[in-house]
Amino acid sequence: MKLSPEVKAALHEPATDTEAALLERTWARPRGLAGWLASTDHKEIGRRFVVTAFAFFLLGGVLAALMRLQLSRPELGLLDPDLYNQVFSMHGATMMFLFAVPVMEAMGVYLVPLMIGTRNLAFPRLAAFGYYIYLFGGVMIYVAFAFDTGIETGWFSNVPLAGPEFSPGKRTDFYAQLITFTALSAMVEAVNLIVTILKLRAPGMTLNRMPLFVWAMLVTSFMIVFAMPTVATGSAMLMLDRLVSTQFFNPAEGGDALLWQHLFWFFGHPEVYIIFLPATGMVSAMLVPFTRRAIVGYTPVVLALIATAFAGFGLWVHHMFAAGLPKLGQSFFTAASMLIAIPSGTQIFCWLATLWMGRLRFTTPLLFVLGFLFTFVMGGLTGVMLAAVPFNLQVHDTYFVVAHFHYVLIGGAIFPLFGAFYYWFPKTYGRMLSERLGRWNFALMFAGFQLTFFPMHILGLHGMPRRVYTYPAETGWGGLSLLASIGAGVLGLSVLLFLINVLLALRRPRENPANPWHADGLEWSTTSPPPACNYADLPVVRGRYALWTKGEPTVVTGLRRDRMFVLVTHVLDAQPDHKREMPAPSLWPLLAALATTALFIATIFTPWGVVWGLIPVFVTLVGWFWPKQDES
Amino acid sequence: MKTLHKLDVSELPEYAFGHRSIMWWGTMGIVLIEGTMFVALLGTYYYLRSQSTGWPPESPPPDLWFGTINTVILLASCVPNHLYKKAAEREDLRGVRIWLVVAVLFALAFVAIRVFEFRTLNCRWSDNAYASTIWTLLGFHTAHVVTDLLDTLVLTVLMFTGPLKGKRFVDVAENGMYWYFVVWAWLPIYATIYLVSRGGGV
Repeated sequence: MKLSPEVKAALHEPATDTEAALLERTWARPRGLAGWLASTDHKEIGRRFVVTAFAFFLLGGVLAALMRLQLSRPELGLLDPDLYNQVFSMHGATMMFLFAVPVMEAMGVYLVPLMIGTRNLAFPRLAAFGYYIYLFGGVMIYVAFAFDTGIETGWFSNVPLAGPEFSPGKRTDFYAQLITFTALSAMVEAVNLIVTILKLRAPGMTLNRMPLFVWAMLVTSFMIVFAMPTVATGSAMLMLDRLVSTQFFNPAEGGDALLWQHLFWFFGHPEVYIIFLPATGMVSAMLVPFTRRAIVGYTPVVLALIATAFAGFGLWVHHMFAAGLPKLGQSFFTAASMLIAIPSGTQIFCWLATLWMGRLRFTTPLLFVLGFLFTFVMGGLTGVMLAAVPFNLQVHDTYFVVAHFHYVLIGGAIFPLFGAFYYWFPKTYGRMLSERLGRWNFALMFAGFQLTFFPMHILGLHGMPRRVYTYPAETGWGGLSLLASIGAGVLGLSVLLFLINVLLALRRPRENPANPWHADGLEWSTTSPPPACNYADLPVVRGRYALWTKGEPTVVTGLRRDRMFVLVTHVLDAQPDHKREMPAPSLWPLLAALATTALFIATIFTPWGVVWGLIPVFVTLVGWFWPKQDES
Repeated sequence: MKTLHKLDVSELPEYAFGHRSIMWWGTMGIVLIEGTMFVALLGTYYYLRSQSTGWPPESPPPDLWFGTINTVILLASCVPNHLYKKAAEREDLRGVRIWLVVAVLFALAFVAIRVFEFRTLNCRWSDNAYASTIWTLLGFHTAHVVTDLLDTLVLTVLMFTGPLKGKRFVDVAENGMYWYFVVWAWLPIYATIYLVSRGGGV
């Protein structure tokens, strides 16, 4: 396509209003339902991703509430043992596979391209595919649950309990396929984020100037790349054992039950950091505007992220201390488990120093950050206790462990995430959430959380086991259990308050403040919500705190506005390298995801599902990759 | 608006090869993921072997012939692979067409002999955990070969029919990269299935 001389000349100048409008038309997706389904805009996908994950969070929360009701008094008969098994398994699997990991990825999908000053993710269609796969996997497991075929063997489904002998029927096959869905989704989004972060950063955004949230997403994505494949392999082996009588986990035929635990926890422990590290990135991002200063120790924080990622792969056996492993191995993993407190501690001290030296603005996001610091440190302390083998054996499979990981996961991820919702909501929707409701939201969540989970430490020390559907009155666990159940009600109320806050905000007219918090990040320089192209002129970055850097702003010129072009830069120093035309919105990712879903679900019922299922998958992938005619 | 400083990128190219391209990084990401899966399966093999008393437990080890011949074919396929990758980087369409076709023939030969490999493993996947592991290892590698074969076929057709644009040569080059991964991943699997299985237990 030839460009007219005027258009060519205009290319070398920053966009005027007319050219910005042309750019916007170029990047806008087609209208209507088909256009909506075909969208490859990272903001649209990211938003749907977050909303979907939040819906699963609510479902998981309802399951938790059912458990707390059942346990509120001794010997209640609200849920029978079989249903209780499914409820706690679905709760764990939902929160880990359908909420915590996806929501963090989703925040990355939405925020990273804005934060690094580009127009979309490196592989926009892959992003859509990853979202659809996740959605279909989640819908599949809840449909199965509705038909009394939910997960029944816990979120980590140890064999032999999950093997063909003790878990007959299809429940555990659905579990194994849920893992396949979520692992596939997480892996493609992770690769997408890695390539986006390494290759599409705005000129001048060297690694040393990258926002800490982007660093956290980069490190997390690498962890996903190394952690998810082992659990996907393990779940495939579990399926094979159940479906075509392989013998991987069958000790009678040379298999080994502990093999499952190794494969699962080699993923399962890093998983905790896959959830936690993005949250630390959010904390670092929110601290800067609300302490009104640079983060103390940018370099140590980055090094701590990387160190946590490496150390996170060396701890998995501490989930298996009760499985009878050699003493030497146990000592090694005890040491490694204690070691990881060092990088986590480094980050915490950097944040404390930032708080100490900053001029604080007590907004809702900052309150959530403070709640995070308190709660997460408590969870970290019980974590160090659990790293010691004798103590670990004493409280193994008790409510002490339940208390510990809820302190780490809710404290470490949910508090920062809710803070992040308040912080970035105005960017996404062009309206502020109410600060007044926000403070109530925080106060109720903090109080409800402590009320629910602190008593569980004591219940665990008193010997109350996990996963029992009820307990006799003589145990004396009734009082603290009731307290925990009341706390869960308060926690539920806080989430309800958040939903009300969101609904009220969405009903108000848009205020469109570009930068309501006077924040430093690049994403605050574009309008709220951002246009389809993110930036009318791609920015050039001159410092770590992009909007707080003094000097004349610089923009990129010379990118065509009638085609979807982005700028590809070098990995380390983000110098411009070449321009790349992005693929147009397309329905093929959706069709490919549907075909893949059909294959995965068919496989639950017959091994031939793989063979016949591959044909539509192949057809849709060819449709996806085949270039359009106008290329030649 | 005109007072803004400008960084003009209009002279930059619209695609690049190797690690400058985002396709290279995407392919590398897939390689890391798939590579980790191979490592998990190999780890399974050695873990089970370390827990066993006899190895292989019941059956004789797999016959050497077909696996070894196939290894030679796979290594030889690096030649057409290298040539079409280089041709793609030169944007030499003729060279790309010729060597892609040759590469497809090599892959087809490999898949055909793979059938005989399965038939001479001397066990059935359901016999015991050892059998399950080597069947899965071989099956998983075959899945990769077939996937890349299909990719290569689609690219070959595209190179003959179009629509063509310079950046499609980047896709061809990255397809060649992925094939190298399929080749190199095979060597430890070959050594494990065919050689270690003859070495007895631990």
